[in-house]
Amino acid sequence: MPEAKLPDSKLTARNVDVFYGDKKAIDDVSIDIGNGVVTAFIGPSGCGKSTFLRTLNRMNDTIAGARVTGQILLDGEDIYDRDMDPVALRARVGMVFQKPNPFPKSIYENVAYGPRIHGLAQAKPEMDAIVEKALTRAGLWNEVKDRLTDAGTALSGGQQQRLCIARAVAVSPEVILMDEPCSALDPIATARIEELIEDLKDRYAIVIVTHSMQQAARVSQRTAFFHLGKMVEYGDTDQIFTNPREERTKDYITGRYG
Amino acid sequence: MTAAVLLAAFALGAIGWFVARARARLLYAGRESMHSMPVYHAWHLALWVVLPALVVWGLWSVIAPPIVDGVVLASPAGTQIPTDPVQRAAILSEARGIAADPSFIGFYDQSSTIAAPMRAAQARFGLIGTVLMALAALAGGGYAWTRVTGRFPARTRVERAVMLTLLAASLLAILTTLGIIGSLVFEAGLFFRDVSPIAFLTGLHWAPANAVGDDLNANFGAVPLFWGTIFIGAIIAMIVAIPLGLMSAVYLTQYADRRARKVLKPVLEILAGIPTVVYGYFAALTVAPFIRDLAASLGAQNPSTESALAAGLVMGVMIIPFVSSMADDAIAAVPRAMADGSLAMGATKSETIKKVLLPAALPGIVAGVMLAVSRAIGETMIVVMAAGAAARLSLNPLESMTTVTYQIVQLLTGDQEFNSPKTLSAFALGLVLFVVTLILNIIALRVVKRFREAYE
Repeated sequence: MPEAKLPDSKLTARNVDVFYGDKKAIDDVSIDIGNGVVTAFIGPSGCGKSTFLRTLNRMNDTIAGARVTGQILLDGEDIYDRDMDPVALRARVGMVFQKPNPFPKSIYENVAYGPRIHGLAQAKPEMDAIVEKALTRAGLWNEVKDRLTDAGTALSGGQQQRLCIARAVAVSPEVILMDEPCSALDPIATARIEELIEDLKDRYAIVIVTHSMQQAARVSQRTAFFHLGKMVEYGDTDQIFTNPREERTKDYITGRYG
Repeated sequence: MTAAVLLAAFALGAIGWFVARARARLLYAGRESMHSMPVYHAWHLALWVVLPALVVWGLWSVIAPPIVDGVVLASPAGTQIPTDPVQRAAILSEARGIAADPSFIGFYDQSSTIAAPMRAAQARFGLIGTVLMALAALAGGGYAWTRVTGRFPARTRVERAVMLTLLAASLLAILTTLGIIGSLVFEAGLFFRDVSPIAFLTGLHWAPANAVGDDLNANFGAVPLFWGTIFIGAIIAMIVAIPLGLMSAVYLTQYADRRARKVLKPVLEILAGIPTVVYGYFAALTVAPFIRDLAASLGAQNPSTESALAAGLVMGVMIIPFVSSMADDAIAAVPRAMADGSLAMGATKSETIKKVLLPAALPGIVAGVMLAVSRAIGETMIVVMAAGAAARLSLNPLESMTTVTYQIVQLLTGDQEFNSPKTLSAFALGLVLFVVTLILNIIALRVVKRFREAYE
């Protein structure tokens, strides 16, 4: 079993299985996810990469019949422990989804949503500062600063996705999970998001699920290849793409299937 | 007799169907190419047999009776009957009854004397009608028979007939609606010749029983009725129905597991299927006395048995399934990604519902509430049984109050002169109710449509 220990591992998964009802969707995955790097999960459709991503902030809890076994540690704390509150966990592990999903509220309120429910700001000026900082980090501030009261849904697709990133950043998470964040975007908007990921990676541990191998190669430093619910190979992105150890990884990367 | 003739026409059509199919099959066997399958030729011919016969029958049943009457009146017995048109029509109608059933006993003596010529004339013209129908069927069938050829596009003709039938069916519903509107507007127009619309829509005094002579305008002020309707249907009922309907929709869509949902949703929908009369009993026999006793024990002087509160509460319960199922749809239409986004921010389930799901579903919910209001204000049985008859402008829900629908029932039941302002005012009230519910429905449907588009 290929296992790569990292010196400053942020998230550690050990022997994780995920079941949907009786069906096993993830089979015995162990992985260390590093701080300050971008980790990409690649693999063909239905290989379990999104499912595994969603175990990392317990979003699978919201799906009826989903069950997780094994251990996932965030800074050494078991996130599936009885004492771990999924609400508090998700404030630490943010998530950006496949399709931009801004709330039906203004741009400002979209970003202020998280800080507000977690009580991060006492007064309006404080909240303004949080919103501005989050939008700036997401590279959206200059485009929207004059129309913060417009509906979030009125933005273009790429802007909406950056708004969702700003929204996730606003609660100061430690990890950001991205589930195919560019699959609904055009190439230019995709390029902007990729630049943004590059800018963000020093502050957060970023995990990105992607369909596009080029994207994984461009944005990530570490890559994990999933196939049929198992993690086949995990290593430095360069190594995975130029010199994969496993035959199946090589077949996928060279386009034999996928 | 008529039934037998119609049956014969259809039987003829059925025979035509088989004959045409047999003929078309022969052609099919003999030739390499046919435009239409034999079964289309069969239908084409059958339609050409049945439809002309039906048209002739329809025309004949309009044309024949006056001719029969004319013949009967010209007969020796017929010349004896009075010339007064009303009496004459009554005698003729009785004679028709005796002709159909000899044991029928008429009010006028002359009825029985002309029954015999009536029967004879009916038989004669009935026979003529039957012959005409047979001729039409044969002519139509003969025409279609000549069309059973290889190139004839029977299939497209039959398709067109199907389309026209469907069109006629849908037009019938629309025309009926237009007819209803037309009669409502016409009768209301008669009312507004006597009473000024402004007095009707703004007057505060409703006492149609007192209305005679010149004080019409003073006694047809419908504002108390409008107020009663709004107070019961749009205020009290909604205070019950909106929170309960909404909360049950939230529970059913967000919290209930599949098994609970499978049981609870149909049970809730049963509420919508209970006849309103039953709700009326419940309001009048259980809720209203309970409210009266409660009011008395709280120190109210002489509380009324019938109260706006009783009617409104029960109406609210009746409306719950509407609000709940519309809200259910609206919440279910909000993309799951939206709720996921909120949960992934670390929001709790109830925060997500309150701050994301309900605002996103709001237009749909508002539309549902509007439809519910339009149903509540048109509701009749509950208010007839529990709200009372007093046209009163009051904010006290314990007092009896009346509504537009209740007054319409009052004005149109029992012995009434049909063209008095008192009776006609029912149509004016109906028109107002119709216009208001129509507007509510149009707005609600618009909102729902816009809302649907937003998430597609």
